[in-house]
Amino acid sequence: METSAVSYGSKKKRRIVDAIVLAMLTLVAGIMCVPIFTMLTTSVKTTGETFQYPPTFIPQTFDFSAYVRVFQKLDLVPHYLNSLFVSILIVIGTLVSSSLIAYGFSRYRAPGKKVLFMLVMSTLMIPYPSVMIPQYILFNKIRWVDTYLPLVVPAFLGSAYMIFLLKQFFSSISNELFDAARIDGCSEFKIFYRIVLPLSKAALASVAIFSFMWSWDDLLGPVIYLSSPEKYTLPVLLAGLVSKFRIPEWNIMMVAALYAALPCILLFIFCQRYFVEGIVTSGIKG
Amino acid sequence: MTRKKQTKYFFLFISPWIIGFLAFTIYPMLSSLFFSLTDYDALTAPVFVGLENYKEVLHDPILKISVKATLWYTLLNVPIGLLLSLLLAMLLNATRRCKGFFRTVLYLPSMVSGVSLALLWSWIFNPEYGVANYLLGKLGIQGPLWLMDEKWAVPSLAIMSFWSIGTGIVLFLAALQGVPRSLTEAAVLDGANWYMRLRHVTLPMISPIFLFQLIIEFINSFQVFTQAFVMTKGGPHYATNFYVYYIYQNAFVNFRMGYASALSWILLAVVMIVTVLIMKCSDRFVYYEGGDN
Repeated sequence: METSAVSYGSKKKRRIVDAIVLAMLTLVAGIMCVPIFTMLTTSVKTTGETFQYPPTFIPQTFDFSAYVRVFQKLDLVPHYLNSLFVSILIVIGTLVSSSLIAYGFSRYRAPGKKVLFMLVMSTLMIPYPSVMIPQYILFNKIRWVDTYLPLVVPAFLGSAYMIFLLKQFFSSISNELFDAARIDGCSEFKIFYRIVLPLSKAALASVAIFSFMWSWDDLLGPVIYLSSPEKYTLPVLLAGLVSKFRIPEWNIMMVAALYAALPCILLFIFCQRYFVEGIVTSGIKG
Repeated sequence: MTRKKQTKYFFLFISPWIIGFLAFTIYPMLSSLFFSLTDYDALTAPVFVGLENYKEVLHDPILKISVKATLWYTLLNVPIGLLLSLLLAMLLNATRRCKGFFRTVLYLPSMVSGVSLALLWSWIFNPEYGVANYLLGKLGIQGPLWLMDEKWAVPSLAIMSFWSIGTGIVLFLAALQGVPRSLTEAAVLDGANWYMRLRHVTLPMISPIFLFQLIIEFINSFQVFTQAFVMTKGGPHYATNFYVYYIYQNAFVNFRMGYASALSWILLAVVMIVTVLIMKCSDRFVYYEGGDN
């Protein structure tokens, strides 16, 4: 119980308010669970049961065969690996570049720094679709279309969100530490990777998680750049599903969607702390 | 460290960003301005056509539908989504039991995103077998055709987006927890009731986060693409032919890069103008601690 000098009303009133709040939260949480519940129950229904009218809310059978059959119906594994490959490269690129850039902005004084940082922040406003066509024309000219390079290389040149997040964090590290290291004769890059990076594990974890989730979900980039079907990332493969089957097998599709969402769900379960921290330090969309 | 050395290291560290900014932001923006004045199919050389593309923008009937659909989606998605996430954050902030549990339940849906989310909701909105109409039926309501109904397609996608407001909730919750206790207590001592505390203490204190969310949500809503691509293919009858989907269609299906470049430039201009407008208007309702900005 919190002890407060100020009373917000009588004990009885407080208790009623608590009960109302709890009831409303339970109601909303219940509604929010329906889609996930549907996903799980549909995945264990037989194809016949998914097309039963009226539909069943609780499955009559628990048939897990869709979890295996999905691998026969769809080339899930190679595309999963494609997606992992692209996302991991993007995460590495974002971590390396954004931490260097953010460190530059947080630690050094230079003419024009303020203006440059404002430019970084203003690129947050630029919608990707408004630069994608000239980027495509550029990558087409240098023959990068139908490779992963157009998706991965830009990540190695920094991401404005992540630069902002890391700059906030680096600025909170005390200056004395750097001065001491400098007196000990550490070079600037050594200070960066021997002192700053180890101190910033939590912030770097947030950056890694968010950049993984964004690249894992990205559809527009891969749709534009990847033309050979064997190079498709998972979202491109799955995007065609609704129209691919004449009679869609929803149990298979729910399993596919579940598998596709699995890395993000696992990340959330095991790294929840970094999500909250990352969102709060930067105010960014997850 | 000397000034010169500081400058040297500064530019050394941020050099990746400078390269990226020039190559993937400035150059594309300028070249798309050029391409927007041409007829270009990405194979043969661009042909200069002056302002033809921009003239076409004014008379393109499908574009008109696209703009309307995008605005309609934004108008539904942004205000309602923000209010919902603020409301839920306030409930989370007020509850004294199971806070962690509810936060997880409200945030977890945001982990199902992109194409997975689109597949899931295609099924939920299935008029015959989907759970949406099943549950409405239990309440005695005859559900609509959702994505297959011209009128309902955009609202359906907005409803779907309300399921993924976890990030907004976490953000507002953090802001609410950051409101100093001393302020609310002082207000109580002065006899302020619940509404007065909300109106004069809580809301002003969280207004910067609100502004930030408002801008980000606007920019994101203007870019809605995945849902149209996966769930509706822009239909029915162009009802969800959102602006970015239309750019994509023009550029990469019809190979009209010039026209698509013009559309891209207009998108960029509109986003910038809207952002600046929101910031300008916000001076009146956003409170920054520690004086003017």
